[in-house]
Amino acid sequence: MIEFRNVNKVYEAGNRALEGVSLRIEDGEFVFLVGPSGSGKSTIIKLLTAELEPTSGSIEVNGYKLETIKKRQIPYMRRTVGVIFQDFRLIENKTVFENVAYGMRIVGASGKEIKARVPYVLDLVGLENRGRRFPHELSGGEQQRVAIARALVNNPAMIVADEPTGNLDPQRSYEIMMLLESINALGTTVMVVTHERELVNRFTKRVIAIQDGRVINDGMDGYYINEEN
Amino acid sequence: MIVHGFMSFAAVCVTVACLVIIGSFSLIIYNLSIFVSDMEQQNRILVYVDETYDTAEAKSVGSRINLVENVREAEFMSREEAGRRFIEQQGGGEAYDGIDASTFRDRIIVTLEDNSKMEETVQQIREIQGVASISDRPELAEGFTTIQRILDIASAAIIIVLLVVSLFMISNTIKLAMYDRRDEIAIMKMIGATNRFIRFPYFVEGFLIGLISGVVAFFLEWGLYNLLDARITEMQSLQLFSITPFREILLPVAVVFGVTGLFVGMFGSVMSIRKFLDV
Ligand SMILES: Nc1ncnc2c1ncn2[C@@H]1O[C@H](COP(=O)(O)OP(=O)(O)OP(=O)(O)O)[C@@H](O)[C@H]1O
Ligand SMILES: [Mg+2]
Repeated sequence: MIEFRNVNKVYEAGNRALEGVSLRIEDGEFVFLVGPSGSGKSTIIKLLTAELEPTSGSIEVNGYKLETIKKRQIPYMRRTVGVIFQDFRLIENKTVFENVAYGMRIVGASGKEIKARVPYVLDLVGLENRGRRFPHELSGGEQQRVAIARALVNNPAMIVADEPTGNLDPQRSYEIMMLLESINALGTTVMVVTHERELVNRFTKRVIAIQDGRVINDGMDGYYINEEN
Repeated sequence: MIVHGFMSFAAVCVTVACLVIIGSFSLIIYNLSIFVSDMEQQNRILVYVDETYDTAEAKSVGSRINLVENVREAEFMSREEAGRRFIEQQGGGEAYDGIDASTFRDRIIVTLEDNSKMEETVQQIREIQGVASISDRPELAEGFTTIQRILDIASAAIIIVLLVVSLFMISNTIKLAMYDRRDEIAIMKMIGATNRFIRFPYFVEGFLIGLISGVVAFFLEWGLYNLLDARITEMQSLQLFSITPFREILLPVAVVFGVTGLFVGMFGSVMSIRKFLDV
């Protein structure tokens, strides 16, 4: 469960990225978070992973209240959310296999568990024969799928994907969305950040629309944008 | 575990260099101060006894000197013995055949506990009845005391400076390596790694760097020491200055190198990783 209550975020530079954002995502939901570039979508993700602190307001993530969380608890909070970052954030000098395995190593998984789980997840994202490559030897779309595999590998309660299809062709994008949907069907909460109207409208899902740092729409009526603005 | 081979190699080199510099310096100081304290030991005071005293009386003067504070030993030497030694020292020969024992005086060879208090002690001895004259070399004794003090202070200062320099160099070397890995560390933190988990391999690496450096530096030092020993022995035919053989100091040197290497390696890596963990 994610809850934002009247969250404001002003960057040090003075940019007002979020203004009075309130939203609640229940366990098991599938939600699109949409909005034009610079509207504050990535800021929301950085706030919920405690990479940034809100200027005001309160945030709760899977039972952790971020305004009172202890520093040493942050890693455990982060493990409940598998984040697919907009910029992938792969470790450059580790192979694809190792990058994905890392997600399991940090929680203390055994070598045997890793050997069993990582190939399965790589297969799931269609990278079964890319395990030995390094990130720079992959296409943008392949790197994105490594990031997805890493987010999935620990079976987190929630998957948050920041533009997971930004570097993929429409066919691949659709496949990734189907994949996320099937993961959601197994009980994992999924939040997908995107500004691809066509893609969003191919699914009938809850859509939260952000513009200029404010929630301007929240419902099942597809990709929404305030044309007057 | 060793992620960045080159940086780790550089860290080992820096640590070895610092350890060898500190080690060589300490060992030179060690040998010098042994040398100086040997010289000091030899710096004895000769007390000549009144010529009119017979042997028994002269010996009693010796016992009284022995009671003076700061006197470690007062050894009696008869005039005959002194004469015999003198001739021996001059290489014997007929030239000295005529020299009579009466030319010499009974004497007492005095060694002190603390050479820096020589003047006071000499004053006290002078007041004892039967003491004719005293041959002391206060300038020399004072000189040795001063040299010893300067050596102590200089060695402490230089060892501290070198230790600080090496810690600084090592932590900077490791910091550079860490800086190289900062993105990786940030990523690990973002996917939920604890600080302990991230720190562990760096700690192991610091431990290994320290251990390897300590061992390499130890053997290098051993080689250097023996080389220097051979050179100095070869240089001076008189053997005035003798060097403590390495095998006598092997254990303390090994322990100090090992402990310093480990301390510097682990402390250096823990110190430098801290700031990268705050993500
Ligand atoms: N580190 C930062 N410092 C200052 N301003 C920032 C910073 N990061 C983002 N911003 C500003 O905050 C606003 C929201 O940025 P954010 O990255 O959340 O947008 P976004 O919706 O994710 O855009 P995109 O679709 O392009 O990824 C923008 O105006 C951006 O310029
Ligand atoms: Mg963004």
